[in-house]
Amino acid sequence: MSRSPAAASCGTAATAEANALSIRTFLQLRPVHSTPFAVMTSLAPGAVPATASPDQTSAEGHGEGAAHHDVRMFGLATFLVADGMTFAGFFAAYLTFRAVNPLPAGSNYELELVLPTINTVLLVISSFTFHRAGRRLLGGDNAAARRWLLLTAGLGAAFLAGQMVEYFNLPFGLTDNLFASTFYALTGFHGLHVTLGVICIAIVWLQSRPGGRVQASEPFGLEAAELYWHFVDGIWVVLYGLLYLL
Amino acid sequence: MTLAAPSDLSSPSPAPRGLQPEGWLRYFSFSLDHKVIGLQYLVCGFLFYLIGGALAGVIRTELASPISDFVSRDTYNQVLTLHGTIMIFLWIVPVVNGAFGNYLIPFYVGARDMAFPRLNAVAFWLIPPAGILLISSYFIAGAAQSGWTAYPPLSLTTPATGQVIWILSVLLLGGSSIFGGINFIATILKLRRPGLKMMQLPMYCWAMLGTSILVVLSTPVLAGTLVLLSFDIIAHTGFFNPTLGGNVVVYQHLFWFYSHPAVYIMVLPAFGLVSEILPVHSRKPLFGYTTMVYSILGIVVLGLIVWAHHMFTSGTPPWMRLFFTIATSFIAVPTGIKFFNWLATLWGGRISLNSAMLFACGFIVNFVFGGITGVALAQVPFDIHVHDTYFVVGHFHYIVYGGTVFVVFSALYHWYPKFTGRMLNEDLGRLHFLLTFIGFNLCFAPQHWLGLNGMPRRVAEYDPQFTLLNQVSSVGALLMAVSTLPLLINVLWSAWKGQPAGDNPWNALTPEWLTSSPPPVENWIGEAPLVQHPYGYGQAEGLMDVKVASGRQLWDGGNR
Repeated sequence: MSRSPAAASCGTAATAEANALSIRTFLQLRPVHSTPFAVMTSLAPGAVPATASPDQTSAEGHGEGAAHHDVRMFGLATFLVADGMTFAGFFAAYLTFRAVNPLPAGSNYELELVLPTINTVLLVISSFTFHRAGRRLLGGDNAAARRWLLLTAGLGAAFLAGQMVEYFNLPFGLTDNLFASTFYALTGFHGLHVTLGVICIAIVWLQSRPGGRVQASEPFGLEAAELYWHFVDGIWVVLYGLLYLL
Repeated sequence: MTLAAPSDLSSPSPAPRGLQPEGWLRYFSFSLDHKVIGLQYLVCGFLFYLIGGALAGVIRTELASPISDFVSRDTYNQVLTLHGTIMIFLWIVPVVNGAFGNYLIPFYVGARDMAFPRLNAVAFWLIPPAGILLISSYFIAGAAQSGWTAYPPLSLTTPATGQVIWILSVLLLGGSSIFGGINFIATILKLRRPGLKMMQLPMYCWAMLGTSILVVLSTPVLAGTLVLLSFDIIAHTGFFNPTLGGNVVVYQHLFWFYSHPAVYIMVLPAFGLVSEILPVHSRKPLFGYTTMVYSILGIVVLGLIVWAHHMFTSGTPPWMRLFFTIATSFIAVPTGIKFFNWLATLWGGRISLNSAMLFACGFIVNFVFGGITGVALAQVPFDIHVHDTYFVVGHFHYIVYGGTVFVVFSALYHWYPKFTGRMLNEDLGRLHFLLTFIGFNLCFAPQHWLGLNGMPRRVAEYDPQFTLLNQVSSVGALLMAVSTLPLLINVLWSAWKGQPAGDNPWNALTPEWLTSSPPPVENWIGEAPLVQHPYGYGQAEGLMDVKVASGRQLWDGGNR
């Protein structure tokens, strides 16, 4: 209810001009003309802006600018952090189970190592082939990029096939014991990610055909799939260490 | 974009006209406009609030007498589970994050929309199906009965159908929440208008940034945990089933790793909103901007490492109790900083005690009470005494209702003129506040006493010695239910007949007020204003005409 000293000080007309000036600098509400955010043309009052700033609205196709590309990759990276937290939760649960809950007599944590190790190598190689595909695309050589993409998808599919073979030869089923359940949940959830990745690569492969929407000038689709693939790859390396080596 | 005006027929806009409905119909469409989505969140959330409130009415009616006479015990369990889940996941989280966040954040960063408008619309449209799914489970096979925590083994032994539907619904809502969080982080960090620095953003941006970081880091853990729980129910695995060698405490750790930060997900945006409302109506700059920012970040960091204070009676080892007690007590420091900053903002201000301000001040009173009981609950000896009693229920509602819901109402009175171009009725608003404040305290204050004296929570029957205070509490709940009427009448009536608000009825300086009410589709005609001092109240204010349409006009001719 009481007026603050600052609020009371603005009374006299003599200081009005100075105050007006100071508030101008204080608020700094000046328009910026020379930036990509200020493409909004000046319109008659009441009219609706005709075009949106390309960097701010990805809606309905405009949004292909470099800055927006950056935002999309940032969004994907944030999503992968969230996805990584799901795995982190599973890993924490697995490690706690291992530390606290003894397995029933007759079962243990031993796993066959040869096939998973080959699988790990395949998946790590696929990260490099994907990277090569990206380089080729940015270099303008779509045909080569698509060959590397196919190789990457093939390696991913081989990984999934290897996983299947391993599943069929395991001595335990989903509900046999706590380790079995955790093993299937972790590798299954990761396998789901790999499957999704292979599908994404196939889509990018289709889109990077001549005249498609993934080109050297607009590599977002490929780069997004690549970031995701590296993420899935990295998760597997951790998973391999925890499930097979620990 | 959802360009709606007919004047853009000749424009080169690539928007496919005709695909998006115009007028009121766009609120039922897959609109990409952040303001439409914000209001969709708000109205949808409010409808679920009415349902959740009706369920609370069932609970309080049942508890008006010590015997189970109003509904059966099974139904009571379903009702309390639905009440908790609806109020948390369908009312508070979507409204205080999604509604006000979507409406305000693009204004505050000087953008024309969120970073990912389509993802934004997807995030909203996950909510109604998830809510309908959840509520329909009651009619299909009986809703889940294990409370909003769904602790195993209880959630494994209660009827499975309702529990599985509950899990599905919460997974959908969690997905919606994560999508929203990603969008907020990208918008605040990447779509800021050039020249606008982080430390010049309105405080709600910081609150939403902190909240979204918590959402992105903790919600996926809940999602993973619920997937494992559903395996336990459907496939009979034994992750959390002790009879199959599993571990229930692991569930509790994973659950609270989300659900403690969830409390901050519900209350941090409220902190942000109240930090916007107090300076406007007390005509003073927000006190201690920098400390506010760092205390939000401090709450985010601490909020992630205190979850096990919910588990002091779950056989936690002594070192864990010690760590989590100390960490939890530390949260009082940043929270206390914010509390005193709000008081200092009010101190000596030209306060206009309108409905928005009344609810904001009510928030401060209720929240400090809930905060103090929170510090008490962090202490192991005290917590062991009152764990799973009505003391916890009282504390929780003081934070979530007395805190967040009061701020939601305050924000509604504050921003309704911006949403609709019309003012809400002040008399009805004050009546709403009076009924809510009295009803709320009457309802939840006695529950602390009940809990201290040993009345357990989540029971349909209790010792007859608790009857009187339970009846007081039920009367309070009735008052709260009645208090919704003035609000509903006010909101509906003012939309038609309310006093026209003009662009900036509060003479506020934050960017959303520097455009028309309601704002045009892409927020500003012309450039977005660069507001580097959103709380520049007090000095030479009378010389400033902020009632002009855009920041540019404000700059060109606003000073007289």
